[in-house]
Parts: sequence; C-alpha cells; structure tokens
Amino acid sequence: MASLVGSRVERKEDKRFLTGKGRYTSDINLANQTYAIFVRSPHARAQIKKLDISKAQKSSGVVSILTGSEIAEDKIGGLIAGWAIRSEDGTEMKCPANPPLAKDIVNFVGDPVAVVIAESLEEAKAAAEKVSVDYKVLKAVTSTADAMNGDTIHEGIDKNLCFDWLLGDRQKVKEAFEKADKVISIDIINNRLIPNAMEPRACLADYNSASEEITLYTTSQNPHLSRLIMSAFGNVSPEHKLRVVAPDVGGGFGSKINVYNEDIVCSWAAKKINRAIKWVAERSESFLTDIHGRDHVTHAELAVSNDGKFLGFKNETIANLGAYARVFGTVTPTYLFGPCATGVYEIPAAYSNVKAVFTNTAPVDAYRGAGRPEATYTIERLVEKASMELGIDKTELRVKNFPTSFPFKQTLVHTVDSGDYVAGMEKAKQMADYSGFEARRKDSASKGKLRGIGVSSYFEACGIAPSAAVMSLGCGVGLWESAEVRFNPTGQVTVYTGSHSHGQSHQTTFAQIAADELGVPIENIDIVHGDTDKGTFGMGTYGSRSLTVGGIAIVNACKKIVEKGKRVTAKMLEASPEDVEFKDGEFIVAKSNKKKTIGEIAFACYLPGVRDEMKSPLPEGEEPGLKETAFFDPSNFSFPAGTHIAEVEIDPETGEVKLEKYTACDDFGRIINPMIVEGQVHGGLAQGIGQALYENAEYDETGQLMTGSYMDYTMPRADNFPEFNIGYTCTHATTNPLGVKGCGEAGAIAAPPTVMNAVIDALGGQEITMPATAEKVWKACKNLKKSNSKAA
Amino acid sequence: MKDFNYHSAKDSKEASKLSSSNSAFLAGGMTTIPSMKLGLASYKDLIDIKNIKKLSGIKVSGKSVTIGATTKHVEVANSKEVKKAIPSLANLAEGIGDPQVRNRGTIGGSVANNDPSADYPSACIALNATIHTSDRKIEASKFFKGMFETALKKGELIEAIEFQIPEKSSYQKHPNPASRYAVVGVYVAKHKKDVNVAVTGAKPCVYNDKDLSKALSNSFSSTSIQNMELDSSDMNSDIHASAEYRASLVVTQAKKAVDAC
Ligand SMILES: Cc1cc2nc3c(=O)[nH]c(=O)nc-3n(C[C@H](O)[C@H](O)[C@H](O)COP(=O)(O)OP(=O)(O)OC[C@H]3O[C@@H](n4cnc5c(N)ncnc54)[C@H](O)[C@@H]3O)c2cc1C
Repeated sequence: MASLVGSRVERKEDKRFLTGKGRYTSDINLANQTYAIFVRSPHARAQIKKLDISKAQKSSGVVSILTGSEIAEDKIGGLIAGWAIRSEDGTEMKCPANPPLAKDIVNFVGDPVAVVIAESLEEAKAAAEKVSVDYKVLKAVTSTADAMNGDTIHEGIDKNLCFDWLLGDRQKVKEAFEKADKVISIDIINNRLIPNAMEPRACLADYNSASEEITLYTTSQNPHLSRLIMSAFGNVSPEHKLRVVAPDVGGGFGSKINVYNEDIVCSWAAKKINRAIKWVAERSESFLTDIHGRDHVTHAELAVSNDGKFLGFKNETIANLGAYARVFGTVTPTYLFGPCATGVYEIPAAYSNVKAVFTNTAPVDAYRGAGRPEATYTIERLVEKASMELGIDKTELRVKNFPTSFPFKQTLVHTVDSGDYVAGMEKAKQMADYSGFEARRKDSASKGKLRGIGVSSYFEACGIAPSAAVMSLGCGVGLWESAEVRFNPTGQVTVYTGSHSHGQSHQTTFAQIAADELGVPIENIDIVHGDTDKGTFGMGTYGSRSLTVGGIAIVNACKKIVEKGKRVTAKMLEASPEDVEFKDGEFIVAKSNKKKTIGEIAFACYLPGVRDEMKSPLPEGEEPGLKETAFFDPSNFSFPAGTHIAEVEIDPETGEVKLEKYTACDDFGRIINPMIVEGQVHGGLAQGIGQALYENAEYDETGQLMTGSYMDYTMPRADNFPEFNIGYTCTHATTNPLGVKGCGEAGAIAAPPTVMNAVIDALGGQEITMPATAEKVWKACKNLKKSNSKAA
Repeated sequence: MKDFNYHSAKDSKEASKLSSSNSAFLAGGMTTIPSMKLGLASYKDLIDIKNIKKLSGIKVSGKSVTIGATTKHVEVANSKEVKKAIPSLANLAEGIGDPQVRNRGTIGGSVANNDPSADYPSACIALNATIHTSDRKIEASKFFKGMFETALKKGELIEAIEFQIPEKSSYQKHPNPASRYAVVGVYVAKHKKDVNVAVTGAKPCVYNDKDLSKALSNSFSSTSIQNMELDSSDMNSDIHASAEYRASLVVTQAKKAVDAC
C-alpha cells in the first residue's frame, strides 16, 4: 500500500463545503428558539448612570431583557486572561474585571450592557432600540504610545499598565553595545488588525430543564477550553452539565479562541428563561467586538561590528491590550513575542522589554502568528536597515549571522532542534532569481517606476505545547492534546481529536496519518472533533499546534491499537507477540505465511468467541473492543523557518505599490499533504501582505472605530497578489515521531517584513509605517525626488 | 430594517404618482437596501421601477448614446454598441464595484444618487449628457447640485441618459482599495470644440475642472498639464486620502486619461 503521507490527497471536507452541506452554528435552529440582540455602548469610555428597559420590555415579542445587574446577582463570572505574567520587578500583572454585561462602566465601543431576547430577530432589534441608557461620557484613552499618560481607565491600575515585563539580561546587553562598532536603531509601529473570519461569530444556547444541561453551539476554535472557562470562571454551569459544540467554523485566525460575552450571556440566559437563544453577529459587530491583533509600538536596537557580526539586541515595546485582558492577550506580547525577538540569528546578548497597556479599544489578543509576526517584523526590519548602513548585501549579512549547527541554543529561551537556514536562503535566492534583480530594477526605472527587493528570514516557535514549559511561564492550563481511535467491529475507524478544524483540513490530513498508521483505506476513516460530548478533553487549535501536537496524539493512539493487535494476533495464530510484525494493515507472524488483517482483528476484538466452542481470540486479561486513547505532550515547540523574498514596483506619481513577485521558501519538516500546506501558506501570505500593504484598524481620539466596515477596512483581494512562488527545504523535527513542524502561521509571520523591506528598498531606505498605502508611499516618493534633486 | 410597503410601477407616470416625501424608487437597490439595513435611511414606500420596460435599453445614433435608467452596469459594460461608440463608458461600467453590484446596480440609480465618489456622474459631465426625466430634459452641468444632491424634484423619475459621442475619451479611476469606489476618478473627453475634464471623488460633488479643460483644449497632450498644481483647499480629506493627495491624483489621472485617449 502506498503511503498517503506526503501526497496531495483531495480534501474530504470539500464536497460538503462546496455543495452547501456545511453545518455552521447559524445553520442550526431549534424548536421554539428565541433571538438575542445585544445593546452595546456607543462610547469608548463612559459611566452608566441609568439603564431603563421599561419601554423596551413593552415592545412586541420581548421575552426577557437582562442587564449587568442580573449577571452580578447571579454571580456569573467575567472573561479572563489565560496567562499570568509577572513584571520585571516581580509584581503580578494587574487586570480589571470584565463582566459579560457591563454594569457600571463601559470601556470600548461595542462593550455590551444588556441583552434583549425576543420571539423574532426583528422584534429583538426593535426592542433593543428602545433600551435607554444614560451615559456620562469620560475621556477615552486610545493611543498605544500615550496610554501610560492618559486618564486611569480601570481603578487601581496605575498608568493603565498591566505589566512591565523583561526577558533577557540588561547588563550583558549594555556591555555588548559598548563594544559595538555601530548601533542600528529603529522605531516601529506594528499596525492593529481585525481578523475578519469569513463566518461571523454566533452562538445558540439550549437548556434542558429536566437534565439541567446546557448545550452551547458556538463558533469556537476550542470547545473544551470554552467549556472549562465557562464552568470554572464563568460559573455558568458545572462542567458535566455543559456541552459545547463547535460545528463547522468558517475561519478563526485566533479570533475564536476566546470565550466571548455572548457565549456566557446566552448560556446563562437560556437557563433563566428556559428556552433556546440564538445570536449571530452582524459584520459590524465583528469589527467592533472580535478580538483585534498586533498593535505594538517598538523601539529596537542592534549592535553590530563593522564586518557585520551581530553583537547585541534590545527592544522596548508598548503593547496595546485594548480594554480588557483576554485568554491569550497577555501571553501574545510576552512569551509568544520575546523569545523570538532575536530571530534566526546568533546574537550573544539580548533583551526584550514589554509594557502592556490598557486602552479604550476592543481587546487585543492572538491573531494568526500572535507575537511572532511582531518579533519577526522588528528584527527583520532592523537587519535590513543594518545591511543598508553597513553596505553588506542583505542576504550575505543574514547568512553571516545564521547558526551553523543544530540544535541551536538561542540566547533568550529556545533551543531549536532542527533546521538549515543557509540552505533555505540559497534556495529562496534561486527561486526568486535574486541575482537578476538589478536588471529588473533598471527595466522598471526605464518605465519611470521604482522597484525594490526585500528579504526576510524567519523562524517561529509553534505547536504551542510543552505543558511544563507553558505552565512555568504562567499559562493557566497544560497544552497537550488528546486523541481517541475507535475501530468499529466491521473495520472502519473513527478518530476523535481534541484539535478543531476551522479551515485547516483535519478531516483529510488526520485521516492520511491514521490511514498510514493503521493500513486502513482513507475512505474508512472519519475524523470527529468539535463536541465536548464526543471524544476526550482537548485543547483546541491555535499556534500551529494541530498536527504537531494533535496529529501526534493520533499517531500514538494508533500505535497502541497496533500493539494490541499484535497481542491478539499472537493469541489467534499461536505465536509470540514479539514475532508479530505489522505492515500495510496486516499482522504477520515472522518467518511464516500466517497473518491477520487489521479488520479481522477488530472483528475478533468486538466478537471474542466462537460458536460451539469455549474459546476467545483475546489473550488472558485483555479487554474486548478496539479503542485507544493517547495524550501527547511534546518535549519542545516546533520551529519552522524559512526565507521569503518580495519584489515591488512603485508608481511614484500615485504611490501605488504593486507586488510583482513573492517567493516563499519554508522548512515545515515532513509535509503530510502538500496541497493543504500550499493553501495554508497562501492564506498566511494573504494576511501578512494584507498587514503590510492594506489592513489597518484605526480609532479616532474619542475611541470610535473609523474602519468598521469593508468600505473603510481594506481586506486584500485576489487581484492584489501575484502568483505565489512557493518552495520548501526540509529538516525533520526531532521532537515528534512524524518529524513535522507547524505551517499555519508562517506566511503571516514572514510576509510583513519581506514586503516592507521591498517597499523601503524601492524608496531608497526611507522608513514608512505599515500599511504602505498609496498616499504614504506617494509622500515618500516626493521626498525622494526632493533629496535626489538636491544631490544633483 | 423597518417595515415598508412595496409597489411595482407599470409606467413612469404611476411611479411618480406613488412617490411621496417618504418614498424611494427601487432600481438596483444597491444603495437603497444597504442604507435601510444599516438604519441610515427608512422609507414608508419603495416603488420598484424595474418592471417598466421602457426604462431599460441602449440606443446608439450617430451623435449620441442613450441609456435607459434601469439599464444595469453589466449591460453597459458588455454592450457592443457602447464599446464601439464610447469605449471609455463601457470601461467605466466594468470598473464599478464587483460583479454582484454590476449585475443589479443601474445607471439611473447611480446618477440620481450622486454619490461624491461614484463613477457615472463624471461620465455625464465629460460627455455633455442630457438627463431625460419624466418631466423634462436636464443638462448634466445643471443636474449635479452638491453632495448626494441633484436637480430632481420629488417624484421626478430619470428615464434615460443621453451621452454625446466624443472624438476621444478615457476614464481613469484611482480606486479606494477598500471599497473600490473612486478616491479620484477623472473622465477626459475631447469633443469637436473643447475638452471636458470631469472629476469625481475629489470634491463633495462631481465637477468639470476648468483649468485642466482649458489647458487641454489648447493642447491635447499630457505634457500640457504635467506640472499643473491644483488648489486643494476645497477638496475632500478623509482617512483614505488627504486633500493634497487628491489634488495631485486629479492631475495624474488626467494625464493618464489623455495618454490613453
Ligand atoms: C459594494 C458596492 C460597491 C459599489 N461600488 C461602486 C463603484 O465603484 N462606483 C460607483 O459608481 N458605484 C458603486 N456602487 C454603487 C452602485 O453603482 C449602485 O448601484 C448605485 O449607486 C445605485 O444604483 P441602484 O440601481 O442600485 O439604485 P437604488 O439603490 O435602487 O436607488 C438609489 C437611489 O436612487 C433613486 N433612483 C433610482 N433610480 C432612479 C430613477 N430612475 N430616477 C430617479 N431616482 C432614482 C432611488 O430613489 C434611491 O434614492 C457600489 C455599491 C455597492 C453596494
């Protein structure tokens, strides 16, 4: 049987999705359900002086209107930060309470203050308009850079500072800088982004008064985690009386990791009114209330020697948390960011200092790449600037500072198990025809256009796991993953995974892995996920962890199945288990022609007897059935890496930037399905290029979101991109049996610096901030013209 | 969206009669429906004019192209006659919004709405259009009054728009990357006697740029306007483009249009 791992197996989920047979949360309707509309604050910061629901209650069709007072009375808990971060001075981080419905004070536009539940959506909307809220508007704090100087948003949190965190050694860095020939410094803004999953958030909460069970259908990347948080912190229901189902989910990118206000409120309210409640976000609610991403202001410096050796690195970052700290809010700008600060380079001394601040904006949390794009952007912009200032070719300078052997022990945290950064650089240069660039630049110049080339080399720490490691850093849970592999008596297999697919194609990739491990045709393997009533506890999907953690749990469960199969075969064929080999779905007794197929073994395990004889195929003490569970907790993160190269052409008259060429050469270890990996790379690149050239979430000084619709928030579209040139190098991860590394975030991590380096190269080194909009580039072109004419 | 009454008019007369101070005509609905959904507008009555046969269709004579009010953008974009007579007009239609919008949105709706960054109003100005309404004929230069404001009276229905066929013309749009409406769009049309340079997106209302028109009437080449700097003091400024940038774009797009003629 040919191995399926490594082949372009067509996606098993596509028929369902492409023929409209997907089943998303908003496709689900329950008899007698009601509809919820949330009344939201129109102000970024205000006191609620009076909330009057009397008129709304009389509106037609209203079933119930609930506010922050009832939430408080019922002692329903608020939303939480999942990681506790300690400041440099040893103090614990300071986080405000975040009640699911605000009672006294609202902290961002969109903060919910009441829920209106009615017989129909129209009636709920009409009634919501009649809820009258008397606000005393307070001065909002919206700027990341100035947040520490603004009014105190949350009582007791001085300077709006959640924590002031340090990773690394200030003294060593100081010494390294003193010895340096040159210090390259840079000021960076990592622009705020809105994740924009294709499917807006939604939930449907149902209550069974007899069993006292709540069932919550919701758009979550991690239903088990949601249930845990809602039980342990939300006090919504004991864990065994709460079932969370995340059916088909149309994209997450991190925005659906969090338990949101609406999940808690609808679950709690369904029990209160003893009816099902449905809520589906409108797109404008997504813009306002989904978590946002990035939003850093950074000053960074690189100490170098004249011959281009990196000696020291430091960064001072202010990270905007938004109004409240959410599940991954505090870890994103710290442990997902700081350890990657030195990039793919050997830099003997480094530190990363992050001040996380609260502002009156939507909460900021993990968005595709989470922390690693910000880190990579900083170091890769800095290295590019160093190459200009030192006059050393940008690829040469990078190679000069790459590690030459693996494992590569970095200065800050990580020990990277495997990689070959030089090979990646060489291949990327070849793919991009790096040496032919000057000719292309001249060609563009002859048409009056400015052409630039940008490079970035990245690594990232993903497959977020080692429980002991993450918990030592303040994570509130372990980050292992589980799998259960069940045979039916007739030989088909159901694999239950704690990972969650919301675009990642687990139905296919995981089935390929199980098919190879078990020698069962892929058609006979089903992947089940997304329901806390099915399978074991799982930690969900984010941080490119599904394959490297969840996939390995499947492998391990399959291996346990095979071990049992060997024991059963040995009994049935009167051999010793050590003599039984397993290959391509057959258990073969060594040096004989005796064998059993895995289907026969499954059948025997479930029907362990023979007519007219007292005989069992099972060894003594062996339980019937064929089902195994595995929990996998890897020994380390996985470390994909690569080099990307972009070429842009700028029209100096309009400032329009055209991305002419984009080359990505990545090392993802062993690739299970190249087609799916290409899809992941394409998607990541689209979002990364989006950040560099188009996307920007902008608040005005009163805290109103200026980019709250697709009229103003620029989502990149297919016609903004060239044909992506994608290639790979491969070093196997040594920390998991498949040798795989994560691939989901790479594009979003590598693309922003690659594209911006190209734009800035075209602009003769002039710094501009992301996104490089036509107007910003046009202004830079005007400066360029002025300085050129001065020089002439 | 609030409840409303839906009417389907048989002819222009009925449509006008049904209209009131709290009604809107429903053509493509691409502007009306979203603004009702967002709560920006609400009407008691929507009067559907799509079933009025007379309002749809394209007629070309030696001198002009006449397009019925409910003709969809896609029909103009694909029309062989329009492509032949005024290729830039078909081009303009092809560049409006996305396929969904082009498959429903109409020329009459676009012109009646007079969005400051819509494309068609610039064509009307550049191509010396005549707006045929249920009551009268209005010259384009007198039709567009201000931001979302036109010379139309209550209940007055646009029936068709008649464009003068120029010697040469080109429309150059610098789209807003998010909405793809025009940040600035410049429609240059060279007629026998003079040149029109109609600009959309730059100011609260479409206008004919006198300085550019004059320069190009004297010498129809992009070098004649190359170094022109326009006054940006009354130009739009928003998160997408400053007035200064728009002023520069007007000249750049005009040059591109002349070069493309
Ligand atoms: C996503 C999107 C992108 C778009 N992009 C662009 C773009 O790039 N460029 C551009 O120019 N436009 C764009 N539009 C607008 C589009 O062209 C609309 O179709 C147009 O503005 C309105 O035409 P309609 O037929 O849909 O009018 P409707 O929405 O039906 O009506 C709009 C208004 O016009 C009035 N009206 C309609 N027909 C007549 C008539 N015959 N006589 C008198 N009054 C009438 C109605 O009473 C109403 O007030 C976009 C729209 C959307 C939704």
